[in-house]
Amino acid sequence: MTFVVALTLFVLAVFLGVELISKVPPTLHTPLMSGSNAISGITLIGALASAGTEHSSLTTVLAAGAVALATINVVGGFLVTHRMLGMFAKKR
Amino acid sequence: MSDELIQFGYLVAAVLFILGIRGLARPRTAVRGNKLGSLGMLVAVVVTLTDNDIIGYGAIVGGLVVGTAIGVLLATRVQMTGMPQLVALFNGFGGAASLLVAAAGFIEVLDVVEPDLETSVATAAALAIGGVTLTGSIVAFGKLQELVGGGAVASAPLRVLNIAVAVATIVFGVGLAADPARWWMWALVAVSLVLGVTLVAPIGGADMPVVIALLNSLSGLAAAAAGFILDNSLLIIAGSLVGASGLILTGIMCRAMNRTLVNVLFGSIESSGVTADADEVYAGRVTSSSADDVALLLETANRVAMVPGYGMAVAQAQHAVRDLTRALQERDVEVVFGIHPVAGRMPGHMNVLLAEAEIPYEQLLEMDTINPTFDRTDVVIVIGANDVVNPEARENPDSPIAGMPILDVDKARTVVVVKRSLSPGFAGIPNPLFAGDNTLMLFGDGRAAVEDMTKALAEL
Repeated sequence: MTFVVALTLFVLAVFLGVELISKVPPTLHTPLMSGSNAISGITLIGALASAGTEHSSLTTVLAAGAVALATINVVGGFLVTHRMLGMFAKKR
Repeated sequence: MSDELIQFGYLVAAVLFILGIRGLARPRTAVRGNKLGSLGMLVAVVVTLTDNDIIGYGAIVGGLVVGTAIGVLLATRVQMTGMPQLVALFNGFGGAASLLVAAAGFIEVLDVVEPDLETSVATAAALAIGGVTLTGSIVAFGKLQELVGGGAVASAPLRVLNIAVAVATIVFGVGLAADPARWWMWALVAVSLVLGVTLVAPIGGADMPVVIALLNSLSGLAAAAAGFILDNSLLIIAGSLVGASGLILTGIMCRAMNRTLVNVLFGSIESSGVTADADEVYAGRVTSSSADDVALLLETANRVAMVPGYGMAVAQAQHAVRDLTRALQERDVEVVFGIHPVAGRMPGHMNVLLAEAEIPYEQLLEMDTINPTFDRTDVVIVIGANDVVNPEARENPDSPIAGMPILDVDKARTVVVVKRSLSPGFAGIPNPLFAGDNTLMLFGDGRAAVEDMTKALAEL
């Protein structure tokens, strides 16, 4: 992937993100934030690749730490969002 | 799995993330949106694990097991009042993970070839943003958990320090980009960790919704920057989606306080001499009341509006409020809730707390919807809110909160303010509402006071 292609993806995704989020009702601000926070744990896949490559012991230790932290972010984020949304749903 | 197939898997995951975020933005589809997002993450992780470059699974399995255990524990144990802290913590972990990924990725490149400019710049960005997100989130967590003082600090030396650390971060970042070497990298990490602390430490508790939204955005941008280092399309797409959504929420929160982001980060509310002092505002004008008197008012009311603030959450009064609401509805009193956009400690926090107490979504009215209806509201009950109902914002152009959109509760026939004392809110200014002719103060703990009202109402 060339730099320009990467930059294109970045810019298009920013515009898409803005479109997706405009006009969200305030009720959903907290779940939206914790849900999108879980998605930002996508850095997990970078951590996995790095941890599995076993380039050197330093990078493996750094990457293993990254895997653990990103997993907390991902698992905890989706789970707590689900819990919260359950509270909105149950009284309907 | 071949590289081509992995890329295809990433495309599927990216689409699932987009559908997930879109779903989360609408009440009807929110649960499904969250599931689609987590499915996307599962797809991304599974295809990554089939990468032929992965030769050892020890570190991976260890990290996944530890992370899952802690994540499940945190997510299932947290109280809804503690949501802002938890989201702050998760933001910090995400930022830290991106920082570590960037560091490991950069070292891998550095050991083999001379990194190109793109890689070095992306590394500098990922390290700086990740570092600021990590320590900034930890400080925010400490403030929300009340481990450290929550007050806003505005002082010239602090501002100078802040700018100095920010400049140092930029210098070290440029240094790393120009001369890719390990020591630049560690130096940049160190200074950006300091920047996170100096940036968030002076920001007061009232501005936390803005800070959390901003940190949310930064955690996404850190992941996107890491994607540039690793040449990973999914990291770039997912990271920038989150970065954009966090920025939008940041903007919404800033507008709700009539302040700019720069003002929140560097300005802090400054109390100028023009504000009247508390004694002048309150002397002889405050009417104290009792639960029994309020119950008599409520008994004859047609329409009652509840205005909860963070104080309601601190007093754990949301269930007591629900009971009072039901008691009133049984007497055919119309009950609505007025929710200020920054009523809680993170965007939408108050709605979550009231949902937890099973108060129907339809009864929660946004500021713009409820404001025109206060003049035909018989009783407003303000519970643990202060600055967001301060008429000074509307009437006194010299007030520190001048221009901040507020709930116009003072226009109701009677305002009952449940509060421990006359102490000021986050803005640190007296509230003339408390001294209003149509205002009754009900001093005491929020939960006990609301329970007393319900009891008194039942005895009528």
